[in-house]
Amino acid sequence: MTSTETLSGAEIVLRALKDQGVDVIFGYPGGAVLPIYDALFQQNAIRHILVRHEQAAVHAAEGYARSTGKVGVVLVTSGPGATNAVTGLVDALMDSIPVVCLTGQVPTHLIGNDAFQEADTTGITRPATKHNYLVKDVNALGRILHEAFYVARSGRPGPVVVDLPKDVLINRGVYQGIPTAPHRSYRPVVDPDPQAIAQAVRMLKQAKRPIVYAGGGVINAGPEAARLLTEFVHLTGFPCTNTLMGLGAFPASDPQFLGMLGMHGTYEANLAMHGCDVMLNIGARFDDRVTGRLRDFSPNSLKIHADIDPSSINKNVRVDCAIVGDAARVLAALIAAWKADPTKPDTGALAAWWKQIDLWRARDCLRYRQDPAPNAVIKPQHAIKRLYEIVRETGRDVFITTEVGQHQMWAAQFWKFERPNRWLTSGGLGTMGYGLPAAIGAQIAHPEALVIDIAGEASILMNIQEMSTAAQYRLPVKVFILNNEYMGMVRQWQELLHGGRYSESYSAALPDFVKLAESFHAVGLRAKTLGDLDDVIREMLAVDRPVIADICVDKHENCFPMIPSGAAHNEMILGPEDEAPTGSAQPGVTEEGMVLV
Amino acid sequence: MLKALSPAQDTSTRQAVIAVLVENEAGVLARVIGLFSGRGYNIDSLTVAPVDEEKQLSRITIVTSGTAMVIEQIKAQLDRLVPVHKVADLTMEGPHIARELALIKVAGTGEKRVEALRIADAFRARVVDATTESFVFEMTGATDKLDAFVALMRPLGLVEVSRTGIVAIARGPKGIDG
Repeated sequence: MTSTETLSGAEIVLRALKDQGVDVIFGYPGGAVLPIYDALFQQNAIRHILVRHEQAAVHAAEGYARSTGKVGVVLVTSGPGATNAVTGLVDALMDSIPVVCLTGQVPTHLIGNDAFQEADTTGITRPATKHNYLVKDVNALGRILHEAFYVARSGRPGPVVVDLPKDVLINRGVYQGIPTAPHRSYRPVVDPDPQAIAQAVRMLKQAKRPIVYAGGGVINAGPEAARLLTEFVHLTGFPCTNTLMGLGAFPASDPQFLGMLGMHGTYEANLAMHGCDVMLNIGARFDDRVTGRLRDFSPNSLKIHADIDPSSINKNVRVDCAIVGDAARVLAALIAAWKADPTKPDTGALAAWWKQIDLWRARDCLRYRQDPAPNAVIKPQHAIKRLYEIVRETGRDVFITTEVGQHQMWAAQFWKFERPNRWLTSGGLGTMGYGLPAAIGAQIAHPEALVIDIAGEASILMNIQEMSTAAQYRLPVKVFILNNEYMGMVRQWQELLHGGRYSESYSAALPDFVKLAESFHAVGLRAKTLGDLDDVIREMLAVDRPVIADICVDKHENCFPMIPSGAAHNEMILGPEDEAPTGSAQPGVTEEGMVLV
Repeated sequence: MLKALSPAQDTSTRQAVIAVLVENEAGVLARVIGLFSGRGYNIDSLTVAPVDEEKQLSRITIVTSGTAMVIEQIKAQLDRLVPVHKVADLTMEGPHIARELALIKVAGTGEKRVEALRIADAFRARVVDATTESFVFEMTGATDKLDAFVALMRPLGLVEVSRTGIVAIARGPKGIDG
């Protein structure tokens, strides 16, 4: 096209999306974005998935993004469309998920006049996004949209809002394609400093009790980063633990994997973090769910932190060696430098360290007791374990999403992720209602794959309307509800911290999930006792339609191990099945810990 | 083996003068201020104005205080804002000049009026408005000089003060972008 050809703003939007390789967007129409919906109607290149609530549009885009590595795209209208999307935007911000959210806006001449469905979207979303734009000139639209995609996907990924006044969508202007020049001010560092790499390798070579602690940054850096992480861990012989967001970055079946760390992490991972002398953090951010009480976090270790976001370094934990860069490039550089450095690692010390770790492993901290009788109550852990085993028998590629709470932590503990991008969960923000729309996004991206939302009966009701989306697009997502009739994690905290006063945590007046599924044109199944469990799982997997499986589980099961808020890693509480006394007495919760969440 | 730093170390706070070169675009100041309020950092003073018409750049000077770890965070958080070109901690990066401008209104007659004018002269404040019963003084200088002058004016009929907050620049030939 010539540079003088003009398009309407709405046409420019679709043109820019197409040039960015977008083939699907998640959205909900409304007055301010009607010009875009009109342009969508007249083309076939971009598929629109109609959700039932704008929050779900963002979560679906997150599920799409997290499972593909591409940018997820959202289209919502002005005012309530934009404000409904805010929870999803903050969720994507906290978990570093690349999302571009296009919001409608009232015409420019009405901005600031309290017009119908007007909200100060850029004002509201400024702290909810990595960056946002209000487009006031149709001739700037193409440039801004391409910049939005660049900002969303580069550096530490995140959500970007582009606010589009209706007159800008109708006006005609010149489309500017993907720019070739670098951005004027935003140029994230991706290549690590060789001196920092050399310093890190010197520290790692001298380690006697090392640990690799890898997070979501490895997932965001792409499958190659996960491969390099595995190569590095094998090369060094070090133990490796993953954060909640990092699960799948290192194969769970590998003997060098210690499981997840943190509040509900494994005994061996947390004690290895506490007792290590050199820690390599790659793509994780020393979140409070990981560190516990900061002053007692891994008190005797030298810490190396590699992160693409310089502001993550020395934010919570002071580190001894900082590496800014993309996780894949950092790992490639570490591997090369490790091989080039002639220093022999202390293999004797490493062997002794593994011996210690194996003793911790022998505690078998995830143990639970399932009564084998067919009429026995199902333990929630057992439901996930059986689901995992039966899915594995099928050999299908599987994507697991979750809501937030006990079921999420059990899924993280019991599902063995061998590959990246298969685990979609709301980590930083902890958004109940994330799992079903995220499953929809993942299923759209991977039509042939098995997509399962491991849910709780309370969380699922927060975005249950998305069953209608699943039905409309014939998406065979499986909602596997661990139904204990409680907001289980709230109930667990009330039991452990608030004297068993179960204030408002009982899920009263629950719907009949089987009938609910049927009313949404889906299949409803229920397992009441252990004898039903395997049959329900097999039927759920066999049906090529959306399914809600209502698994009635033990109402009072708690999620262990648990590091209470304000406690240190070596003060974790183990479950009732644990027989050996812990190193320290089972800790009570301190006054200091009570105020933490 | 190196010795590990404890996070509890270095809890002393210091003041920092931070210069930020930003795109001169709508919302950029809100981003900076929102970052400070959202993350609970202090703003002791803040000034902003365009400094390069051609390149569309504005310069923000922020005076803040915190522990070394907090100041480092503030710089890193500012630096990752998309429209930010450059962040410089002038306090740490060698000697710098910091100046403030104040307009000070003093009303009075007789002996107090004469005394106000005499002190203003000693402080090299300029009279920019005068009536038979008042002066407006304009004064530029370091913050403590302005503080001292304002304190002296208080018993002499100080009416109000308007101050710009600090603007600052590094000494020597190098620029912020150099």
